[in-house]
Amino acid sequence: MAHNHDGKDKEVHYVGDSRVPQNKKKLYPKDYSEYPGNTEPFFPNFLLKEWMVAVVVLVGFLALVMAEEPPLGEQADPTNTGFLPVPDWYFLFLYQLLKFKWASGPFVVVGTVIVPGIAFTALLLAPWLDRSKERRPFKRPVATSLMLISLVAIAILTWEAEDEHEKQLASLPKGSSEEDVKIVDQNDPAYEIYKNQACVNCHGEQLEGITGPPLKGIGDAYSAEQIQHIMDTGKGQMPAGMFQGTPEEKRKLAEWLTKQKTGKPKSTEH
Amino acid sequence: MLKSMYEWLDKRIDITPMWRDVADHEVPEHVNPAHHFSAFIYCFGGLTFFIVVIQILSGMFLTMYYVPDIENAWKSVHYLQNEIAFGQIVRGMHHWGASVSIVMLFLHTLRVFFTGSYKHPREFNWVIGMLLFFVMLGLGFTGYLLPWDNKAYFATKVGIEIAASVPIIGDAAASFLQGGEVVGAQTLARFFALHVFFLPGILLALLGAHFFLIRKQGISGPL
Repeated sequence: MAHNHDGKDKEVHYVGDSRVPQNKKKLYPKDYSEYPGNTEPFFPNFLLKEWMVAVVVLVGFLALVMAEEPPLGEQADPTNTGFLPVPDWYFLFLYQLLKFKWASGPFVVVGTVIVPGIAFTALLLAPWLDRSKERRPFKRPVATSLMLISLVAIAILTWEAEDEHEKQLASLPKGSSEEDVKIVDQNDPAYEIYKNQACVNCHGEQLEGITGPPLKGIGDAYSAEQIQHIMDTGKGQMPAGMFQGTPEEKRKLAEWLTKQKTGKPKSTEH
Repeated sequence: MLKSMYEWLDKRIDITPMWRDVADHEVPEHVNPAHHFSAFIYCFGGLTFFIVVIQILSGMFLTMYYVPDIENAWKSVHYLQNEIAFGQIVRGMHHWGASVSIVMLFLHTLRVFFTGSYKHPREFNWVIGMLLFFVMLGLGFTGYLLPWDNKAYFATKVGIEIAASVPIIGDAAASFLQGGEVVGAQTLARFFALHVFFLPGILLALLGAHFFLIRKQGISGPL
């Protein structure tokens, strides 16, 4: 406790140099009395109300955390050539921009530098580009409409990227090439149908895949109807109408193929 | 007891003015959701900060188990998610919190934009806010690699390829991010360093400046 020169115990406030007692009143910023209405102190009154909003958000957030397990795919394997890369969702619109013809290949600089550069520079410099005193959005049509157009563009690009990614995922081969997955029920008469058709030439005698993708474990991904549909219409490199047996044989073969299961829990990757 | 402890401290180091500086200012009616429900749009900034605090806390707990090397990174994440009590919850908070903080940040930016709050005299705080946005995106990008699963690996590979395609600075930027010949051990180590030390440090410094300026200039008036 500080002592004054007269020897009495009394609180003293110092500024910077502890030999100089503070004698000036603190300068507090002016309050909001210029705005008519109910102002209230930040602490604790207003902060309590903000905390109540935060609690509502927190409950929703924790419900999401409880409901959805955070995804963790297979350990990274740099030699995996079939993996479809996808950025986190908030980068999708920038990623999709690079798929336009005028923003890829020789013009990739348009997609990587020019368009995002202009957009983000404009955003960064917004206070100097929009210098009027007016603050209401409807009174500044240029700024407001530019932002709305950008928002729509971001939404469309994000949706397109997601949609394209889903379609690419769906077109990936679903069979398993892993060693420990074996052909199921090779004595089934359907296997003879398989061998006598063109199937075996590309998909292999043990369904291991030669020029075509493997069919081991294909029953995890497709139903018999879906497999018949692929036989009829083709998929990827596979042309339509490759199966030339009777409809009865086709049905038997499709049903046998649905029995090809890996017996493993379904991968949650992608 | 608490009160006398506080007074003991206050007499010596005079702490009252420190927190009074932060606490004692009037909050106007037009940003108070208790008075106007529509004022909840003014809460997005505070909520972004709230989620950032959640990110920092959950991230601190994650580093108790996470190992930033390519042999063990995925295994440590797998272990903490499946074997550790509440590991899945903590990782879930950090994983989903990343998305939620981007959403909140986005909504906050839109609120400031559409209410014209970036105008004189708050130009500088808008610029700091945009820098905060970039730092948050950087945190998202660097954090995405750390679980070291296929998705993380190939997304980062593509991201670095895109960075490399930028003229003039592209190669330098790519080798700065990648740290070696391929996306590998060095990339993971430096993404970890960026994600855990560099970017959060910059984030906190910018946040301090952001809050200081808000306190100094006050919230923009009603429309």
